[in-house]
Amino acid sequence: MNAHLYISGITSSAIAVPALRLLLIVVAFWIVLGLAGLVRPCSLRVVAHLLFPLGAAGCLSVALVAGVFLAANRMSEVMILPLGLPSLPFHLRLDTLSAFFLLLLGIAGTGISTFAAGYFRSGVGTAPALLCLQYHVFLASMAIVILADDAYLFMVAWETMALSSYFLVTSQHRIPEIRRAGFLYLLMAHLGAICILLCFGVMQGGSWQFTFDAMRGASLTPFWASAAFLLALVGFGAKAGLVPMHAWLPEAHPAAPSPVSAMMSGIMLKTAVYGMLRISFDLLHVRFWQWGALMLAMGLFSALYGAIFAAVQTDMKRLLAYSSIENIGIIFTGIGLALLFETCHLPLFAALALSAALIHSLNHSLFKSLLFLATGSVLHATNQRSLGKLGGLIRRMPWVATLALVGTLAIAGLPPLNGFVSEWLLLQSFLFTPQLPHAFLNMLVPLGAAALALIVALSAYVMVKFYGVIFLGQPREASLGHAHDANWLERLGLGWLAFGCIAIGIQPQIVLRAAGAVTGRVLGGAAVSLRSSIWTIVPIAPGQASYSGLILLLGIVGVVGITFVLVRFLAHGRMRRTDPWDCGYPWQTPRMQDTAEGLGQPIRHMFGAFFRMERELPSPSDVNPRYRIHIEDRLWRALYLPMARGVQRLADMAGLLQGGRLAIYLLYSFLTLIVLLVFVL
Amino acid sequence: MLKSQLIAQSLKLLAACLLLISFAMLSRRRTQRLVILFAWQGAILFLSTCLVAYDAGLTELWYSAALTLVLKVIALPWILHRLIQRLGAQWDTEPIVNIPITMLAGLALVIFAFGLAQPISMLATTITRNTLGIALAVILLSFLMMITRRKAVTQVIGFLAMENGLFFAATSATYGMPMVIELGIALDLLVGVFILGIFFFQIREQFDSLDLHHLEALRED
Repeated sequence: MNAHLYISGITSSAIAVPALRLLLIVVAFWIVLGLAGLVRPCSLRVVAHLLFPLGAAGCLSVALVAGVFLAANRMSEVMILPLGLPSLPFHLRLDTLSAFFLLLLGIAGTGISTFAAGYFRSGVGTAPALLCLQYHVFLASMAIVILADDAYLFMVAWETMALSSYFLVTSQHRIPEIRRAGFLYLLMAHLGAICILLCFGVMQGGSWQFTFDAMRGASLTPFWASAAFLLALVGFGAKAGLVPMHAWLPEAHPAAPSPVSAMMSGIMLKTAVYGMLRISFDLLHVRFWQWGALMLAMGLFSALYGAIFAAVQTDMKRLLAYSSIENIGIIFTGIGLALLFETCHLPLFAALALSAALIHSLNHSLFKSLLFLATGSVLHATNQRSLGKLGGLIRRMPWVATLALVGTLAIAGLPPLNGFVSEWLLLQSFLFTPQLPHAFLNMLVPLGAAALALIVALSAYVMVKFYGVIFLGQPREASLGHAHDANWLERLGLGWLAFGCIAIGIQPQIVLRAAGAVTGRVLGGAAVSLRSSIWTIVPIAPGQASYSGLILLLGIVGVVGITFVLVRFLAHGRMRRTDPWDCGYPWQTPRMQDTAEGLGQPIRHMFGAFFRMERELPSPSDVNPRYRIHIEDRLWRALYLPMARGVQRLADMAGLLQGGRLAIYLLYSFLTLIVLLVFVL
Repeated sequence: MLKSQLIAQSLKLLAACLLLISFAMLSRRRTQRLVILFAWQGAILFLSTCLVAYDAGLTELWYSAALTLVLKVIALPWILHRLIQRLGAQWDTEPIVNIPITMLAGLALVIFAFGLAQPISMLATTITRNTLGIALAVILLSFLMMITRRKAVTQVIGFLAMENGLFFAATSATYGMPMVIELGIALDLLVGVFILGIFFFQIREQFDSLDLHHLEALRED
């Protein structure tokens, strides 16, 4: 079926409208929108009611164009823009891989922009128009990163993305912690960008041509190819938040306004995934199984690390940030597995693993954006970010609670929602690792499957905590009684994302086909991935495993319906309202509920080696007991602080050069001149 | 043929004079003397440029010779002269390194410059190619002068002398730089001297002296 589509795509491309041009028009439109706000910089009404909804429309059209491009499986389009430096025009290219990530950007962006229209209210910190400008520049630069076809444009867009998001993160720049978080983010973004720049420098392979086409043609020795791969892994890993380059994520996400967190976590992290895929599967002409193994190990470790740390957080946005690290880990696990299969000449399995990674990227952009936006609504309603001061919001904010429930179920990997599909596909592809031709690898990698199962279970646990503490139980603070539900634009944005979660869960065939269009091109065309119908998806063979979201949904609805009918009409017959059994406790206060710390305690106990804890336990006779626990990342002390100290020491040593005497400074340049002249000699 | 040889010989003579003046600048301590020496350097540069222009028949070089005459022989020395009188900075204090040692170091630099220029002059095709070593030596000697002196005015003279060396290097290795660049450099020099003049007054106002060791206090700890 896919092969058929592939052929029909070639014939239809001749008469089709150039999708790339449409996408560029939308990008230009975003930038115009951003600038338009500057006409009246402090008018919130223009920004909220006109510019952001228009931006959402732009996102929707990007999603449509990319979706049509993928569905038709068109040939890639290229374009040269006469912008930039005189002899270095900008090259652009739209192929199935970039179309898939543009689809992701469009779908998630539509929801986030709609929500943002209702979210940004009384301007605290940055003026609304500036927020609008940075927001739309951020969107446009991400689209250009995905479309870029030369290293020059890629880096320009990449840095624009980093800078605009930095300004968005620090929009409340009067708070010192937020400035600090912003600085850490900018630092990590730049370290990553340097690695990516070096990676491109290696990949041009002596030709000094920086178009991606030239890099595809360059032939590198295994050593230099590996160097390029490692640089890309560090560079893109720093952006994606792969452990140990993750330190900025849990700081920057809580600092940013919620739509920005959603955008960064939902879309920006995926541009790093895109870059990694572009370099390892497209630009580099050789691949080695060691790369896949390394990526697999790092991905699994990140996922486990993120899940464990998410379980012990008490700030809802930090919790989600760690959960992002976990999901990025899962995506990189999938890519690593795909690399392993591909280098061992098992293209069918590689396509399966890669599809899982791609679909998980899309899924994560949906449910993580949804949850970040929901925390934004909670934050607006209560001014509380700490889980210890929330609770019982399901009664006050029924819309947000219901829609967030969809997100939590999806991220926990429960069928029939979308999170299950990708995680199931990834587990399926793990099941084929015994066919790997390396002796130790095929024994060790199945352990990864076990780790993945653990991670998925932990993330479900995290989500129980997240949802239970915020929305269920009794309000922990009296002020929560005044909490109000989200406004209609916010509901619309949340609803769009929740709809996406459900739709992909029930009809995963659609995204599977889109992912198939990508893997078909990336893995050499022959590897048509999945045989599926409207009812079921079948990864490899019908005898082995198949999944049908639709049938499952019908089953769930049927069982619930039958139970309801039976209980309502047969068992009871009539209703009786009474207090529930209170287990012998006549009254319950909010303090008697399980807290966020309490829910994290078992994990803290089991995985104690990961944390650095400081605890203050009150004595039993204390009249006003205060329990305090502070949990720190071990890597922060083990890796980051020594590095910072080293840099400081080096800087101090360099400071010795600055003696203050002019003659000495002149001597420096004189000696440099002499040394260079001797070198010439 | 004879004429060309004559020109080449006179160019060598002028180059030798240039080097001699550079050494003289290293040994002098009175700033007024230094300005006069600088003017002489400009005059020699003017003559040598004229000779090269005559030999090669390049109109552009005539222009740059005229520029040299106006700027380096007349305008800059005059500005510096007035500046020194207004500032009352006739004498430089004791140099950081004493003069005999500076001269010895200068000797070593000249040998180094000649050794460096040897392979390059082999490649050059102009009649002035043998003088490239001298040009390099002038640059290095001026740099040395900047390092060893304490007063701001002397350092500016060293800087200007260094530019003279660069100009001489340009005419001797090739037939001068493109006119646009030369004009640009000339303007830079003029503006530079003006700005530095203003700085001198500011420095003197702040520290009651033009001695540069006062600037050490500006260092950030």
